[in-house]
Amino acid sequence: MLLTAIAFYVFSAILIASSAAVVLSRNPVHSVFFLILAFFNAAALFVLLGAEFLAMILVIVYVGAVAVLFLFVVMMLDVDFAELKKGAMKYLPLGAAVFIALLAELFIVSKVWTVAGTAGSALASATPAHITNTAALGLILYTNYVYYFQIAGIVLLVAMIGAIVLTHRHRPGVRRQSIARQNARTPAMSIDVVDVKPGQGG
Amino acid sequence: MEIGLTQYLIVAATVFAIGVVGIFLNRKNVIIILMSIELILLAVNINFVAFSSYLHDLVGQVFALFVLTVAAAEAAIGLAILVVYFRNRGTIEVEDVNLMKG
Repeated sequence: MLLTAIAFYVFSAILIASSAAVVLSRNPVHSVFFLILAFFNAAALFVLLGAEFLAMILVIVYVGAVAVLFLFVVMMLDVDFAELKKGAMKYLPLGAAVFIALLAELFIVSKVWTVAGTAGSALASATPAHITNTAALGLILYTNYVYYFQIAGIVLLVAMIGAIVLTHRHRPGVRRQSIARQNARTPAMSIDVVDVKPGQGG
Repeated sequence: MEIGLTQYLIVAATVFAIGVVGIFLNRKNVIIILMSIELILLAVNINFVAFSSYLHDLVGQVFALFVLTVAAAEAAIGLAILVVYFRNRGTIEVEDVNLMKG
């Protein structure tokens, strides 16, 4: 139990510190790396909560895909980030005020809330015993929530098509394969018999 | 030293507040704003999973999965728009985004 508590405090401390570094870092590449660290620690917190599948998904999807996407874009864009960062501290007092107000409200909420007495009997689908987290999630995700699962797939498909359509660039000078033109070619179009006089060839 | 739901809620609240402040502090840099949105969605996911774990209700984790999906789609589309915008304008300053005069 003590070990769990120590692990919780270590992971959450690193999570909070690295998310603060994401926001405050001067260099966006450092921000992306701190974002990856934050996601790793959030995944560790998920493991402590017993949600192993989501923890692994977090590492695969966020660290493997989203963070790398961010890294690509940050490194691809040739932007003067120091110029963008200039004047950021102008908003520090406002930001600090919002931070303190928001945090105080959320602290108060998390201290005074209680579970309603009937909440125990109103579970949408109770966690089954003697079964792994991944199996339990799969059992309800592909039965009770299969339509939502399909909609999530469609959301990802639309996002993929949208990203391709947005970033696809038609360059005029590039020669592409045209299969129709290749098939329509006849020997008369491409072969020309030239009568070369003796002594003039080569 | 018992770790209860409240501790997880406080961690999630702190990450959420940091994400909101990140939007305030980096008003010019769209990339950091997108990362702040990712942090906010991560805080929401921590709340979902913590409640799911302590109430023994698996639906919280299913919903967190969908939040993850939407966050990934949002990052992809947001970064694609950012790349197109940079290609057209040569800058990513938020304050220059006024072509539509909204």
